[in-house]
Amino acid sequence: MHEVGLSAISTSPAQIQIARTLDQEIALIERVCAGETQLFYELISPYERSVYVAAISILQNEADAEEVAQDAFLNAFAHLNSFRREAKFSTWLIQIAVNEARTKRRRDRKFLYKSIDEQGQDEEGEYFPKDFADWREIPSEALQRAELCRALQNAIASLKPAYREVFVMRDMEHLSVAETADVLQISQALVKTQLLRARLKLRDALAPGIDGVWNIRDGPWKKVRPW
Amino acid sequence: MAAIEISCVEVWREVSNYIDDAVDRELRERMEEHFRGCEHCVAVLDGMRNIVRLVGDGRAFDTPAGFSDRLKAVLARNLGS
Repeated sequence: MHEVGLSAISTSPAQIQIARTLDQEIALIERVCAGETQLFYELISPYERSVYVAAISILQNEADAEEVAQDAFLNAFAHLNSFRREAKFSTWLIQIAVNEARTKRRRDRKFLYKSIDEQGQDEEGEYFPKDFADWREIPSEALQRAELCRALQNAIASLKPAYREVFVMRDMEHLSVAETADVLQISQALVKTQLLRARLKLRDALAPGIDGVWNIRDGPWKKVRPW
Repeated sequence: MAAIEISCVEVWREVSNYIDDAVDRELRERMEEHFRGCEHCVAVLDGMRNIVRLVGDGRAFDTPAGFSDRLKAVLARNLGS
């Protein structure tokens, strides 16, 4: 395996930056564990959003997700000595947040009915695309629109919880298939199946013309359905 | 019509793995041959790539306003710093 280090001539600047960051992170962890607790926020601040997103993907409520994120960070502090460096620190934090969020979902009465979907089983049949509109380009201005964010959030919220959790871990948290399987405690095959369905459903939900957000190539969208 | 060695349904089953570069070389070549002759599957592929791109930049979900300040306060109360 290629060792990324400051002295490696073939190492790119980006890789060096990553190596330095990882070294700094390990040093920070060691200092916090040694008693410099004031450094803990510096340690976890790059992962605030990741932990929050992991929580809200499960709880679907901002206040609950924030509370769980805070609890997850406190829990991480309490168990920082047990962090094993073969896992990424970010993945370890996400794992804690997922566990905290699932505990809250089980405990909280308002999630009682939703928890039926929590079993990692795949009881649905195959999902096939419903719309074949051409959607090759995203106009740069569309990426800035608040409506797009809302449309994305609504579409993601509409996913079945098991699909949403896998989609968030893979495509928003950028965890690998193996990491996603570990964090969600499901098989890698199920990760792939649920990710496929989540992506297909989101594509159908957000296909051009569905909610007026999209206006690409100066014209209305012509839906092309095979039936 | 160009010979299509893989069906649309098979492409749909693998399109997510294709995007993740998690299909073997033979399947990738068959899918790419299919994409050259099937605008529906190209639309599915492009749309799925757009979804991944749209959410991948992290702008779809952000922490609520004041999140960091409240977190710092919680840590300060509980960590004694």
